[in-house]
Amino acid sequence: MRAGESIREIVASCVGQIGAPITALRKVLQVHGHIEDEHVRVVAEVFNLSIADVRGIVSFYSDLRTSARGRTHIRICQAEACQSVGARELTQEVAETLGIGLGETSQDGSRSLEAVYCLGLCASGPSAMVNDRILVRTRVEDLLA
Amino acid sequence: MSHASVPFETLAIALGANELALGLARQGHQVTRVGSFGLSWLEPMLVIDGQAYGPVRNLDDLDSVALGPLDDLPALSRQHRLIFDRCARVDPMDYDPAWLLGQLEREPREIIEQIRASGLRGRGGAGFPAHIKWQTVFDAEATQKYIVVNADEGDSGTFADRLIMEGDPFRLIEGMLLSGHATGANKGIVYLRSEYPVAGEIFASAIAKAKALGLLQTFDIELFIGAGAYICGEETSLLESLEGKRGEVRAKPPVPAVSGLFGCPTLVHNVITLCALPAILDKGGKAYAELGSGASTGTMPFQLAGNITRGGLFELPFGISLRELIEDWGGGTLSGRPLGAVQVGGPLGAYLFDAQLDTPLTYEDLAKLGAGVGHGGLVVFDDQIDLRKQAHYAFAFCAHESCGKCTPCRIGAVRGKEAVESLMTGEYTHDQLEVIAELCDVMEHASLCQMGGMTPIPVRSALGLK
Repeated sequence: MRAGESIREIVASCVGQIGAPITALRKVLQVHGHIEDEHVRVVAEVFNLSIADVRGIVSFYSDLRTSARGRTHIRICQAEACQSVGARELTQEVAETLGIGLGETSQDGSRSLEAVYCLGLCASGPSAMVNDRILVRTRVEDLLA
Repeated sequence: MSHASVPFETLAIALGANELALGLARQGHQVTRVGSFGLSWLEPMLVIDGQAYGPVRNLDDLDSVALGPLDDLPALSRQHRLIFDRCARVDPMDYDPAWLLGQLEREPREIIEQIRASGLRGRGGAGFPAHIKWQTVFDAEATQKYIVVNADEGDSGTFADRLIMEGDPFRLIEGMLLSGHATGANKGIVYLRSEYPVAGEIFASAIAKAKALGLLQTFDIELFIGAGAYICGEETSLLESLEGKRGEVRAKPPVPAVSGLFGCPTLVHNVITLCALPAILDKGGKAYAELGSGASTGTMPFQLAGNITRGGLFELPFGISLRELIEDWGGGTLSGRPLGAVQVGGPLGAYLFDAQLDTPLTYEDLAKLGAGVGHGGLVVFDDQIDLRKQAHYAFAFCAHESCGKCTPCRIGAVRGKEAVESLMTGEYTHDQLEVIAELCDVMEHASLCQMGGMTPIPVRSALGLK
C-alpha cells in the first residue's frame, strides 16, 4: 500500500480485474490483517453488491478471516500426507502447550493456531507455516521457538 | 568459472536453498536459480558443472552428499520426462519462443486432431478425454471464449502443478497459447491457490516476460489467486469464484465448454493437461499414444508422498504398478514399518492395501478397484494407520470444504462424520456400518459434484464397505 492510500482506493484499484471482489478483499487482508464490517461495506459499494453478498464471499473463503490473528501465526497442515507422518500428534501437542485449539488466538494476542489443508510439500511432512516462513519435517520445538 | 544451479522452489527454499545460492555466489560460482527436479528427499539439490549434490545442508561438506553426474542419476534417467523435460535444467525466465511460434502457424483443426490421436485425458482428476472439450469449444459460435487453467491443486499428496509453475512456467504458457489458438479463445486465466505464493510470483514474472517477448498480442493471460477453498478445484465452483462470487458449484449441463465463464464457451483444464500439449504436438499424437497402457496413454507425473523414504515427482508412462512405484522408486515407508495403506488420487481417492499393490497405475485398472488416478498423487501410510480415523477425516474434510449447495454433500458429510464417531466410541447399538453404507449410496448418486459424490470412495475403502 502506498502511503495515504485508503481502503477504498485499494478496493477500487481492483475494478475490472477477474474475480475482483475476492481480489479486493485479499488486498484489504494484506494491509489490515483481517476483514471488518467497514471493509465489507466499502467492497459492497465499490462493486455495487449487497452487504449480504460480500458477507457471503467472506464467509466462504477461509483466507478471508474476520478476526485478528496472533503476532505469531502458526498453520499446521492437517491433510493426509502430513497425517501419515504425525501431523495429528504434532497439532495436539502444540495446541496443548499453547492452550489454544485450531482456529483460536491466545488471550494476549501473541499466538494463533490454524489448520491448513496442503502446502504441496507432501513428501516432506509434517509441513507448517509460521507467519510467512514454511517449515517441513516439522517438530514441536520448531513451532514453539 | 564453474556454474551452479540452485532451485528456487518452495521446498528447497524451506530447506535453505536461498542461503546456499548466496554462499555459492560468494565462492565465485556463477549461480542460476532453477526449478526443482522433484526428488524431494534430495532437496536442496544442487548441480555444479554437471555434478549433482543432495541433500545439501551446507557447502563445506559437498563431497559427502555427492550424487555423481546428473545425467547418470537413475531417479532421473529412468523417468520419461515429457512435461518436466526442461524443469530444473533451464532458467525458467530464459525462454526461446521459436518452437512455439512455429506451432502457432498450424491449423486449429490439425492441432485438435493431434490431441484426439494422442488419447490425452484430463490430468486433474476426472480423466475425461481432452479432445472432446477442445472440439466443443472450437465448434461453439461465440465472440468471446476462454481458456481457464485449474491450478487449485488442493489434493494432499500432489505438487505437480506447483513444480511445473515454479520450474517451467513457459510450459504452461505454451499450453495456454496453443489451446487458445486451437479453440479460438483469446483470453486465458490461471486460477492458482493462495497456498502457492512462490508459484504465483514466478508465474507473474513469466507473464511479464511473455508480454515482453511479444507473445501476448492476440492472447491475454491473467493470474487469479484463490482465497482458500478446496472446492474451487471443481471446475464450475472455480468459474463462480472467477466471477467474484462464493464458489458454489453449478449443475451440469450445461458443461463449461458450452457455457462457462460469464456464460461463454470455456476450456477448463488442469495445469498438467495443458502442459502435456507441447510434447504431443512435438512428437505427434500417435507417437504419444504409444506410451502408456491401453486407453491410459502418455506419461503422468506421479507424486509419491506421505510416509515414504524417497518421495517426490516421477514422470512415467501409465502402467507402472503401485508396488514398483512405492517399493522400487520410493524405497518403502520412511518409518521403516510395514506398509499400512496407500491413498491414491487425493482426499477423494481410495485407500488400497498390500494385496492390491500389483495393480498397474492406469485409469482402467484402478477403476476396477473402485479407485481412480486422480491428479496422480499417492499418499503412503505405514501400519500405524487407523482406518476409522481416515474414514472420519474423509467425512470431516467434506463437511469442512462442502460448498453447501446440495443436500447430500452438505448434510451427508456431517451425518457421516457423526456416524463414524459413533462407530469409534461404540455409542449406538444399531449397526453404524449399515448407516454409513446407506449414506455413502445417497452421497454418491445424489450429490451435484464429485466432492460429495466421491467422498464415499475413501470412506468405503477405509472401512471395508462395498
